[in-house]
Amino acid sequence: MREGRRALLPEVRSSPGHPQQQARPEPPSRRGTQAAGDRTGVAMIRFILIQNRAGKTRLAKWYMQFDDDEKQKLIEEVHAVVTVRDAKHTNFVEFRNFKIIYRRYAGLYFCICVDVSDNNLAYLEAIHNFVEVLNEYFHNVCELDLVFNFYKVYTVVDEMFLAGEIRETSQTKVLKQLLMLQSLE
Amino acid sequence: MSPALAASTTAPGKSKEAEIKRINKELANIRSKFKGDKALDGYSKKKYVCKLLFIFLLGHDIDFGHMEAVNLLSSNKYTEKQIGYLFISVLVNSNSELIRLINNAIKNDLASRNPTFMCLALHCIANVGSREMGEAFAADIPRILVAGDSMDSVKQSAALCLLRLYKASPDLVPMGEWTARVVHLLNDQHMGVVTAAVSLITCLCKKNPDDFKTCVSLAVSRLSRIVSSASTDLQDYTYYFVPAPWLSVKLLRLLQCYPPPEDAAVKGRLVECLETVLNKAQEPPKSKKVQHSNAKNAILFETISLIIHYDSEPNLLVRACNQLGQFLQHRETNLRYLALESMCTLASSEFSHEAVKTHIDTVINALKTERDVSVRQRAADLLYAMCDRSNAKQIVSEMLRYLETADYAIREEIVLKVAILAEKYAVDYSWYVDTILNLIRIAGDYVSEEVWYRVLQIVTNRDDVQGYAAKTVFEALQAPACHENMVKVGGYILGEFGNLIAGDPRSSPPVQFSLLHSKFHLCSVATRALLLSTYIKFINLFPETKNTIQGVLRAGSQLRNADVELQQRAVEYLTLSSVASTDVLVRAPHLPWGPFLSPDGKCPSPDRAPHNPQATVLEEMPPFPERESSILAKLKRKKGPGAASALDDGRRDASSSDINGGVEPTPTPSPSADLLGLRAAPPPAAAPAPASAGSLLVDVFSDGPAAPPSLGPTPEEAFLSPGPEDISPPIPEADELLNKFVCKNNGVLFENQLLQIGVKSEFRQNLGRMYLFYGNKTSVQFQNFLPTVVHPGDLQTHILLDLALLVVSLRLRHQWAQLAVQTKRVAAQVDGGAQVQQVLNIECLRDFLTPPLLSVRFRYGGSPQSLTLKLPVTINKFFQPTEMAAQDFFQRWKQLSLPLQEAQKIFKANHPMDAEVTKAKLLGFGSALLDSVDPNPENFVGAGIIQTKALQVGCLLRLEPNAQAQMYRLTLRTSKESVSRHLCELLAQQF
Repeated sequence: MREGRRALLPEVRSSPGHPQQQARPEPPSRRGTQAAGDRTGVAMIRFILIQNRAGKTRLAKWYMQFDDDEKQKLIEEVHAVVTVRDAKHTNFVEFRNFKIIYRRYAGLYFCICVDVSDNNLAYLEAIHNFVEVLNEYFHNVCELDLVFNFYKVYTVVDEMFLAGEIRETSQTKVLKQLLMLQSLE
Repeated sequence: MSPALAASTTAPGKSKEAEIKRINKELANIRSKFKGDKALDGYSKKKYVCKLLFIFLLGHDIDFGHMEAVNLLSSNKYTEKQIGYLFISVLVNSNSELIRLINNAIKNDLASRNPTFMCLALHCIANVGSREMGEAFAADIPRILVAGDSMDSVKQSAALCLLRLYKASPDLVPMGEWTARVVHLLNDQHMGVVTAAVSLITCLCKKNPDDFKTCVSLAVSRLSRIVSSASTDLQDYTYYFVPAPWLSVKLLRLLQCYPPPEDAAVKGRLVECLETVLNKAQEPPKSKKVQHSNAKNAILFETISLIIHYDSEPNLLVRACNQLGQFLQHRETNLRYLALESMCTLASSEFSHEAVKTHIDTVINALKTERDVSVRQRAADLLYAMCDRSNAKQIVSEMLRYLETADYAIREEIVLKVAILAEKYAVDYSWYVDTILNLIRIAGDYVSEEVWYRVLQIVTNRDDVQGYAAKTVFEALQAPACHENMVKVGGYILGEFGNLIAGDPRSSPPVQFSLLHSKFHLCSVATRALLLSTYIKFINLFPETKNTIQGVLRAGSQLRNADVELQQRAVEYLTLSSVASTDVLVRAPHLPWGPFLSPDGKCPSPDRAPHNPQATVLEEMPPFPERESSILAKLKRKKGPGAASALDDGRRDASSSDINGGVEPTPTPSPSADLLGLRAAPPPAAAPAPASAGSLLVDVFSDGPAAPPSLGPTPEEAFLSPGPEDISPPIPEADELLNKFVCKNNGVLFENQLLQIGVKSEFRQNLGRMYLFYGNKTSVQFQNFLPTVVHPGDLQTHILLDLALLVVSLRLRHQWAQLAVQTKRVAAQVDGGAQVQQVLNIECLRDFLTPPLLSVRFRYGGSPQSLTLKLPVTINKFFQPTEMAAQDFFQRWKQLSLPLQEAQKIFKANHPMDAEVTKAKLLGFGSALLDSVDPNPENFVGAGIIQTKALQVGCLLRLEPNAQAQMYRLTLRTSKESVSRHLCELLAQQF
């Protein structure tokens, strides 16, 4: 539980020193076998996942229809591809016909799955923007905040991302809205 | 609600069992509360619904509480409503029966004028996005979106909510007067509204570009204002000193939906923006934080994407390339990765291709040193994209070197890329052969069938590389341990071309055989089957190996092999080798001919070639009719069509690619990517026999089994063969193309940008069968594809042709017509990248002078195409060689001494005078070559009989080369004057 109380910020960019890391071979990166959205095709967030290093899901937000088994499979696959990577790796992983853009904060991986043609760095910073909002809102956010306040986290997500798109990027505006909603409780 | 509320009951348990126990207890408790007599107040209801949600999110099934959640929706307390909506978004599937109740609550909230409640309702629609919700609200949401009194946050949510509904069911969101007002949201004061609206517009404009085209100028001016603002101007929307990075990216993506603006002022303003972004990239960073550089570079990469999308500003393209070049050496792995990825698309622009090439050393270095496999993969992609004739050798050798240590996951792709580059940019074929053999040596396991088939196709088609290939595989097989694919390639090539190196005692036939056979026992069944076929070819090529090989075939391990394929081959080949005499290469006297033995080891099945299989088993492999390279098709399949454009740069290289004529962008891979397509060679057994089909037209050409009879031609129409007036005159090159086929039967008859026509034919006595392969080289379907054969004028009765059109790619379809008849009513489609095959059965009734015409008509992209060629059927095809002694020859020569029976021509040599080549041509022409008849050994003498149904024409010929004068004298004597003259004309053009 100590891990759960660790502040998420700042971002972890050094090697996680995961014991399995050296032993496990890098998973095969699968190139798209079907049509991968071209530049003018559909581009959107397919899902957002927050997982800890053990693979426990702390938030799953789906913007595409998946059935429950498929969701579980995706969660496991994302965990498998993301946790083996270290600071020498990029923050992007090809994933099925999509790509995962992720950042690690303390023991938590924040992953956004987008179409291959999407802008990697924009989503990479969207994650950080989101984490900074959580950090403000929960005053030094840690993993357990996300566990116990899951319903608030969903509200934060909906303020910042909706229908697979970035809705609002201003931290000031989001926090103002969150505080207003908090006052209604 | 305090955090402790959830934690108190369902904090993560110590063990799994304890957790389950605790949860079951809690669930029972909640259930009893919900069922209890006492009505729960809102707070308790919310508390328990929230607990259920928490339990669900921990991974347990929840099968009750939905009704209570729906009840919460009508609460007027925010927290209760919020939990209710959350429960529904997470747990209610779209076809729930509760949807009507939910919709009702949403309706109330949308009408409430309370922005908080409206947003909750809109978020619920956006999260669930079901069709029922679309039907209920698709009309309301545009209204909310453009209403003057809607709050900004409501507008934001409404825009994205509408986007979700539009994506789910576009039919429910009709465009209307609101669309113009949506476009004007790009001017909204609230940047959050703009951020949401851009996403909506980007999606809508893809399907309705005209309705939204005013967005271009609005987006440009918005972008311009952001890009030129100081880092603090936008306050809330400045992220680490970068003004509105996400909005900028979205605007740049919106602009990529349209071509460059036509309005010069707008265009000028946009180019200025793009330049500003490129300039800012050179400025010193305002912060050392990675967030700053990421946000800045997010805009930069999107700007470069737009520049590439426009592909019209050479200056900007080169600047973009230079910028990316700097990133190639950046310490951030992310940036190196993205630079490699982005450069890949720059490489395909003619303006920046050269600029990209200057970074080759950095990219090669990345391939060698990057720690992240995905970065190395991008480097390999980029090398592939920047490859052209100038750097192909360097790139291929670097990729080969990389292959030795490459990650297993990407080896196959690297192998494909090397194989394609080697083929595409091969200047000399020995380099190509070396490269592929190296591939097999280094990464044999990853060399797929397509790759080694391909090397065989090319070697088969190029006689100048066959000797080298034989020598090289022979050497490669010397290695004590070589990959099985090497054995396959070696077995095949030596079986076909081993004779070319048999002169060297170090690779004499017995040595070749024992080398191959030393690998035999270590190989799989498929390879052993292929080797058995090589052995029977050896018996034919090298009679001295016959006893040894028969011994091998006779061995119990073969004849009683547990594998039925091997056993059958051993038995058949053994018998074949004993019954076949020295004239084993002489063709069988019966039709139909069986298929050639294909290198994938499939033996012609007896029922397909019932009469005389050995005759064609030992036939030399005919040239491979070119079409799309099967390995390119495979790479495309691996990468998906989206990547095809980056991979194919046929545009840049269309003129210079000589071996790989088939490299055309073809997103749909050829369905028959098997080698040589020979599996489809024989006509289906179900086709009616020619003899009985005279009055019967079987039409199985239509799509479905229940074809309307009108699709088939009526007998009357069917016999109205299109006359010569219906077709265009032959193309100018038709004669030249025809000449190529006088001495050979197989090859590519015709090829242009769209279509390739390959020919494979065989003649026996007065009969012939010809396979025509029509390959669609484009990615677009040919419609009304109609190949017709007609006989100009007097020939009508001289050649009898059966036509059968086999559509290989659509196996359901084939057509059979009779008597040189093909009606115009019958239309076929040829899919992009597909090949259709037509079979002609030919009977020569009398001697003839002009060949039949082949007219091909089709529609390509709406425009009619037509093409007329001369069918490569000339009178000499019906030649039967006749061996005779010198005495007989001179006797007959004298008998044919009437002046008109002789035709003579003296002409200059057009080709180098090589005795071996001349011999081959004369044999190809069809006559027998008679040795020691002419007293001058330099001269050639031949004899044969032209076989037609009506008569036979005896022919004698003599060719006298004069090397000093570089001249030939050709004399023909036949029993028919027209034949003498015609044969003389035909043959004289060959030297």
